[in-house]
Amino acid sequence: MNERIFGVISFIIACGYIYVASLTQLSFISDPVGPKTFPYIIGSIFAVSSLFLIFKPEFNPQWPSLYKFLEIIFVTIILIVYAYSLPVVGFVISTLIATFILSWRLGAKVTEAIIFGAVISFGIYFLFRTILGLSLAKGIWGF
Amino acid sequence: METIGFLLDGFDVAFTLQNITLALIGCFLGTVFGALPGLGPANGVAILIPISFSLGLDAASSMILLASVYYGAMYGGRISSILINIPGDEPALMTTLDGYPMTLKGRAGEALTLTGISSFFGAIVATIGLMFLAPQLVKIALLFGPAEYFALFVMAFATLGGVSSNNKAKTVLASVIGLAVSTIGVDGQTGVPRLSFGNVHFYDGIDFLIVIVGMFAVSEIFIFIENKNTETNKDQKNLIINKILPKLSTILKTVPAMIRSSLLGFFAGVLPGAGASLGSFIAYTFEKKISNKDDTFGKGDERGVAAPEAGNNAAAGGALVPMLSLGVPGSGTTAVLLAMLMTMNITPGPLLFKNNPDVVWGLIAALFFANFILLILNIPMVRIFTKILLLPPKFLMPIVAMISFVGIYGISGSSFDLLLMIFFGLLGWILRKLDIPLVPVIMGSILGNLMETNLRRALTISDGDWSYLFQSKVSIIIWLITIIGFILPLLIGGKIKSQMDKLKSKH
Repeated sequence: MNERIFGVISFIIACGYIYVASLTQLSFISDPVGPKTFPYIIGSIFAVSSLFLIFKPEFNPQWPSLYKFLEIIFVTIILIVYAYSLPVVGFVISTLIATFILSWRLGAKVTEAIIFGAVISFGIYFLFRTILGLSLAKGIWGF
Repeated sequence: METIGFLLDGFDVAFTLQNITLALIGCFLGTVFGALPGLGPANGVAILIPISFSLGLDAASSMILLASVYYGAMYGGRISSILINIPGDEPALMTTLDGYPMTLKGRAGEALTLTGISSFFGAIVATIGLMFLAPQLVKIALLFGPAEYFALFVMAFATLGGVSSNNKAKTVLASVIGLAVSTIGVDGQTGVPRLSFGNVHFYDGIDFLIVIVGMFAVSEIFIFIENKNTETNKDQKNLIINKILPKLSTILKTVPAMIRSSLLGFFAGVLPGAGASLGSFIAYTFEKKISNKDDTFGKGDERGVAAPEAGNNAAAGGALVPMLSLGVPGSGTTAVLLAMLMTMNITPGPLLFKNNPDVVWGLIAALFFANFILLILNIPMVRIFTKILLLPPKFLMPIVAMISFVGIYGISGSSFDLLLMIFFGLLGWILRKLDIPLVPVIMGSILGNLMETNLRRALTISDGDWSYLFQSKVSIIIWLITIIGFILPLLIGGKIKSQMDKLKSKH
């Protein structure tokens, strides 16, 4: 994806943004400006600056290889699964697994990564929950 | 001298056991964030805001913690610049130019001590400057109405990136992305849901902390994943430091450089849109111009390490002036600090000095105190941080990720917010690949609501007459600065940028 394609995408998003803003229901109380004007201004500048990228691209981004790209998608999925597993299985277990996978993908050996996952998960739990009293995700087992 | 009286009150606020502890922790963490390549002041502060918020710290204490991190990162950035020729954060780039050559000559310890002293010097000058200049600026700011404030916010965006940004289209695009995010949610003035797609999660708007942590911490994880194998091997033998204390004559030789650079850096920091990177750049270039008589710069000149460090620390302090007194941040980190205050329901600006003097003066007092802690951490105890430099990304990044998750989850306990954070992380990664700056996005999401509120207030006063925005003398001046600040970089920015790139590509 070069700047030009990104410009096209962001132009489409800008138009979509203006359209969605125009759907805002007006209430009976209103100030002279109303809730739509500011989004319209923002959306217009959004669209114009996207046009600049389309017509005057000057930078050629370096994208990672397909393999790296898949790896980034994989990590994203891990993070999403982690986000949703927190309230279910609780902080300690989900963090242990997520940390393990992350450090493993970043090049740690499997055993190294498991130990590290355990250290981080229990370490954060101890530091934030026991010492600082922060509320961490509890999950069905309560930890 | 009412300033001194205020400062003494500030010391009362700062010198509680809790606040001293927070300053200590902040200084330590800040130095670590600064020292680690890839993490800088903005990341460090971003990760810690949600946590200090969840811990229920009051505004003064949070500000003390986070400002200590901010100052600490400015000190810490030099460590990896000097030892391994990789700047720990962006402002420390200039320190590599003479710092690494000193290491190659076996003078790493001396370079670290000299830069520690000059960092201290710069930061103290800036904190004194902050103490006297901010209240003056507040007096001016009291004259501002909604129209002037609106103009001021536009100026903050127009001047972002300072003179070195010549691709204005990208800065503008980044700003409107952030502003667009801020418009999502129920409209504060009329109470109608806006751009929320009927999704209840969006009714409250998107918390800018989510945008900040996503962009500054999560996107960093993707960058590390991408670069994991291409990482340069750290030269471990350089991490062993022998002699730490330079000769007194060497220190004295750098004093004029420190004074000049501190003053330059401070003013660079106060100016809209500049920030610490520019401060160190200006300080180094200026020092080179007047002191490079024997062509020693770039080959390990002591003044060449002292100047940029004094410059960037002074600029960091200077950047607090507009943030605290006007409520308009000029750099990424000050924007994040502003976000923290707003999360605590405190609006920076003239009213901050009137309503929450404990926050302002407690902060200033804590900054003085933090500088002494940092001096100790960064000279006699610098070896601790050189050990931390050995921590490989495979262990570092998961820690950053998990603490980001803990922080955001701690605020709301909602998986949806975490999902949004990951989304902004990915968006941040894509924007970075396209060389689109993230700071304007952050600033847009933080300032958007204030900007709109002021615009609508101004137009309510004038009953819908838009020319009201350009009527008062003050607002005309601000608009003029805005236009100059926007156009000037297009004319001279390319030159400065290429000069900076040239220096960057040297290693």
